[in-house]
Amino acid sequence: MMVGKVWKYGDGVNTDVIFPGKYTYTLKEPSEIAAHALEDLDPNFAREARAGDVIVAGRNWGNGSSREQAVTALKYRGIAAVVAKSFARIYFRNGINQGLLLVTCPEAVDAAQAGDMIEIGLPASLIRLGGREFPFPPLSPTALGIIEAGGLVQHIRRKLGLASTEAVIVSSGE
Amino acid sequence: MMDTVAGTTRSRGYTFAEKALARAAGLPSAAAGQVVDARPDVALSHDNTAAIARIFRAIGLERVAIPDKICVTLDHAVPAPTARHAQNHAEVRAFVREQGIENFFEVGRGVCHQVFGEEALVLPGQLILGSDSHTTHFGWMGAFGAGVGRTEMAAIWATGELWLRVPESIKVIVTGELGRGITAKDLCLDLIGRLGADGGLYQSVEFHGEGIARLSLESRMVIPNMMAELGAKNAWLPPDEAVFDYLAERRARRQKSDVGSQKLDILANAIYPDGDAVYANTHTMDASRIELTVACPHAVDNARPLREVAGTRVHQAFIGTCTNGRLEDLAAAAAILKGKRVATGTRLLIIPASAEVYGDAIRLGHAQTLMDAGAVFGVPGCGPCMGNHMGVPAPGEVCISTANRNFKGRMGQPDADIYLASPAVVAASAVAGVIADPREIE
Ligand code: SF4
Repeated sequence: MMVGKVWKYGDGVNTDVIFPGKYTYTLKEPSEIAAHALEDLDPNFAREARAGDVIVAGRNWGNGSSREQAVTALKYRGIAAVVAKSFARIYFRNGINQGLLLVTCPEAVDAAQAGDMIEIGLPASLIRLGGREFPFPPLSPTALGIIEAGGLVQHIRRKLGLASTEAVIVSSGE
Repeated sequence: MMDTVAGTTRSRGYTFAEKALARAAGLPSAAAGQVVDARPDVALSHDNTAAIARIFRAIGLERVAIPDKICVTLDHAVPAPTARHAQNHAEVRAFVREQGIENFFEVGRGVCHQVFGEEALVLPGQLILGSDSHTTHFGWMGAFGAGVGRTEMAAIWATGELWLRVPESIKVIVTGELGRGITAKDLCLDLIGRLGADGGLYQSVEFHGEGIARLSLESRMVIPNMMAELGAKNAWLPPDEAVFDYLAERRARRQKSDVGSQKLDILANAIYPDGDAVYANTHTMDASRIELTVACPHAVDNARPLREVAGTRVHQAFIGTCTNGRLEDLAAAAAILKGKRVATGTRLLIIPASAEVYGDAIRLGHAQTLMDAGAVFGVPGCGPCMGNHMGVPAPGEVCISTANRNFKGRMGQPDADIYLASPAVVAASAVAGVIADPREIE
């Protein structure tokens, strides 16, 4: 069960405002990447968000570029999860594979207000908010395992008995 | 149909995506929204195989888990245009040799999506995942094809499986018959123009109706290929006798077995949605109302009727790619160019989607007809589709192409305009030197 404060946003938030393209090839340090999270959408976010906070948003969160920093910027900023009405396909996969919990639950999005406390229960697949409960489609053991392991590469290393506590940094290169 | 999914009882049928992913995950059923661990029947990669191999090694493994399911072509920049590309090809060859990957196709065999169909390496009802966004292509035969990232492909090589979210489905019912000179490409551009580049976001797009059954297999291949441009995860067309015959014959030839038993086997594994499946949306298209359609710069959903852009000066006309580089496409172009010449100041580049297509076009005389008209042929593969080599436009030039994407810079030149159209429209435009209606070329 994780509990965090809600940051609420609308529909169609694209990867450019989640993490501006102009930093894509220049910033490498997690702290630098985190400092620009949601810069062009909500300038207060990167300054004021606390570890464990949850983003709640509308439809098609993360549409646009396939850049993985649109996921890692939030993860490095300490965001516990994004709850949305829907996710862009590549963003959703990048999220899970980078170890960020993404939950599709339109009813909870409609009920949530900025500043609310939201609880997300796994593996029960249940959101608690303002005394109400909202079930969401369950994640498979694999998806949960990937999130817990901190990403797909680490997850596979663990699964194959190659686990190490060191993060493995890989670049898909070009 | 009554079933229990995720602890809740539901009384409705299943979509193609729900059935196909349940099968691939070894589950009795699966529902849209559920995440499953699916085991692909085929794992596709191409020139990016070397980059994936580097990620694979970073996982810490020596041997891929599924050498018999991995299929690799060299197609994106072939033959190697630079020393760096040559080095990349060499790494791919070394990797497939080392890993015992037998389904490897050399430079010049053709574009991955076309080749794996010709080789009957993918069958109806199967799951094919590819590190290529147009892996949606395999929906033409009723397979579930989806694109994945490079890290994900490395994960598939390592474990044989990948997590997938079961998508919601859209149903597109195509009624009626396409008019004279109108093709599956026009149908796709029309649909994408109407619904937008995110009109099928994350969804499985199922095509139904007699308008689909009437199409040749080669025309059907255009449709799921183009649905990547609708944001779709996969697309599905109902497999019929024509599909089973095509695959059974090719599989029998490759495996030196008999066609009849191959066909029974393929047929038994085909998957169809239930009549009472639930769809997020249903669209009905009357094929007879579709016009010649062109996608204008710089977005596929910037689709307009050809008549609105007819007369636009064209410097390069390109017929090829996994979308429209097949025999019927070259035949359509040859029918228009027979006895005519490509306009002065315009060049026509033709890149067959595969060596088989090229051979057939030579045997049937289309290649000679096209060359007599002034067309130039390139080695089967992706050609200039994504700007790697062989046909990059100059700044300020206009290219009309049969490909599936016209994003700014897609063909290697950000300062060029790319229009997308059917092979007949591209051929007519090559003759006229401007964007032209093939029905008006005399
Ligand atoms: S022909 Fe174009 S769209 Fe098709 S696989 Fe090659 S680069 Fe991709």
